[in-house]
Amino acid sequence: MKKRSAGRKALYVILVVYAIITVIPFLWALSSSFKTLGEIVSGSINFIPKDFTLDNYKQIFSKEPLFGRWLFNSLFIATVGTMLNLLFNSMAGYALARLSFPGKKSIFIIILAVLMIPFQVTLIPNFLILKELGWLNSYQGMIIPGAVNATFIFMMRQFFVNFPKEVEEAAAIDGLGRFGTFFRIVLPLAKPALAAQTIFVFMAFWNDFMRPLIILSDMDMFTLPLGLNSFKGQFISYWNYIMAASMVFTLPIIVLYAFFNRYFVKGIKFTGDK
Amino acid sequence: MKMFTKKERKEAGQGYLFLLPTILILGVFVIAPILYAVFLSFHKVELLGGASYEFRGLDNFLKVTFDDRAIIALKNTAIYVAVVVPAQTFLALVLAASLNAGLKGQKFFRVVYFLPTLTSSAVLTLIFMWMYNQNGLINYVLKIFHLPTYNWIGDPDVALIAIMIMNIWATAPFFMVIYLAALQDIPDSHYEAAELDGAGAVQKFWHITVPNLRPVTSFVVIMGIIGTFQLFDQSYIFSGGSGGPNNSTLTVVLLIYQYAFKTLGTMGYATAIAFMLAIIILVATLIQRKFSKEESLY
Repeated sequence: MKKRSAGRKALYVILVVYAIITVIPFLWALSSSFKTLGEIVSGSINFIPKDFTLDNYKQIFSKEPLFGRWLFNSLFIATVGTMLNLLFNSMAGYALARLSFPGKKSIFIIILAVLMIPFQVTLIPNFLILKELGWLNSYQGMIIPGAVNATFIFMMRQFFVNFPKEVEEAAAIDGLGRFGTFFRIVLPLAKPALAAQTIFVFMAFWNDFMRPLIILSDMDMFTLPLGLNSFKGQFISYWNYIMAASMVFTLPIIVLYAFFNRYFVKGIKFTGDK
Repeated sequence: MKMFTKKERKEAGQGYLFLLPTILILGVFVIAPILYAVFLSFHKVELLGGASYEFRGLDNFLKVTFDDRAIIALKNTAIYVAVVVPAQTFLALVLAASLNAGLKGQKFFRVVYFLPTLTSSAVLTLIFMWMYNQNGLINYVLKIFHLPTYNWIGDPDVALIAIMIMNIWATAPFFMVIYLAALQDIPDSHYEAAELDGAGAVQKFWHITVPNLRPVTSFVVIMGIIGTFQLFDQSYIFSGGSGGPNNSTLTVVLLIYQYAFKTLGTMGYATAIAFMLAIIILVATLIQRKFSKEESLY
């Protein structure tokens, strides 16, 4: 019995120490975002700001007039991109799980093969194709190429394969067509699978750095990660501003996580089971 | 010739309609680019207004062997993969096993550990650059313990190590969740039997937990290999896009980016490097897979 409690204590030590290691960078960033430039430059190490100020948060919007625009661009691209993914991935997954048509197997295999292709191989040709389409520096250039996702098509297919057929048969008897059944009956019942997808797809769009770096050169069109990077170049020693901007950027994801927490773990488990 | 009934034809039509967005998008932005990439990798590409191509055979692929920066990038990336993959896998496993022990406050720890996974690479890199500052938080802590301090961002000997530390910290919790799910599938009876034999916590970890998780570990390592070979965001932001100081944070993907978009006439060469990276990742994955299969025979 004694040995057991010693083991427990050791485990707690591991858990607590690692929790501290995890939280400190965030606390440090948060605290720096409330400090004055004088305190930042002085190099003093204290987590509670000497002169607590909200000024940095006001300043980032006035010093960098595009900051609000970047926030909007990021929100718009991530939201529309996520909605299209939910729609298109579910439609594709449903067709592959439930409908029969010639060539279905080859399409499925191609989608699985797409999963294996590293992003860098298609990156340069993608840039040239977008250039040809005139989609560089545009919302569609950021959204459309990422509007479907092979991983989640596969996930939706697995979900619909196990979906009870009786539900659809009942809907058909009630006189609903294929599309009515899908949009009004099947899709609403797929909410758990859609929720897991929402957070992952949204995060992928929201946090993406490399694609916007290549596609967007016009500062008006920047998303937050790019904006943040150029902001850093401009205000290199103003760490109070950079940290405030970083906190503004992190908040929406934390809110999303608070809402979808349960599905998050499910989504990761799925990636693990694949 | 097989005949289709009206109903079958209708269903097929619906099937294609449901798949239409997917087929169009994957066709234009994945399948066509792969073929285009093959074409590009055999050409010298000039982008002056329109694109012009000049056939160069295998030149782009052979060029790598006498390109010093490519060799440095490959070396940096290989070191990075070799350190980060084992470290993050082990850390993820230890954290998952500790969390799974059924202690109070498990949920709280899980939420806390998850913060880095939620945060974007750009934000994390900026936070760490601030902490790595010469008179920043990390050097301050090192000083307290009478350890040597470093110019983390400016010294070519430690800059890559700084990125390694940051990324091990940032990715381990994601893999921890995958381990957690798998840990719940190990039957309690295994542990109870070991306890009867007088096994302690550490012995149980090595003799029951680790072997039972072998398939998951294999998956985690493969995901880790794929992810670490593609390191870009952090070294780009850390070095302002240059891969410096003194090429110490230059990775293969950063080099691809530079050759494709920052220097003229090297787009075809960049595509060839991208193909070689894809092959390296594929081979590393296959070796790992073979390795873990052989192990599980015993």
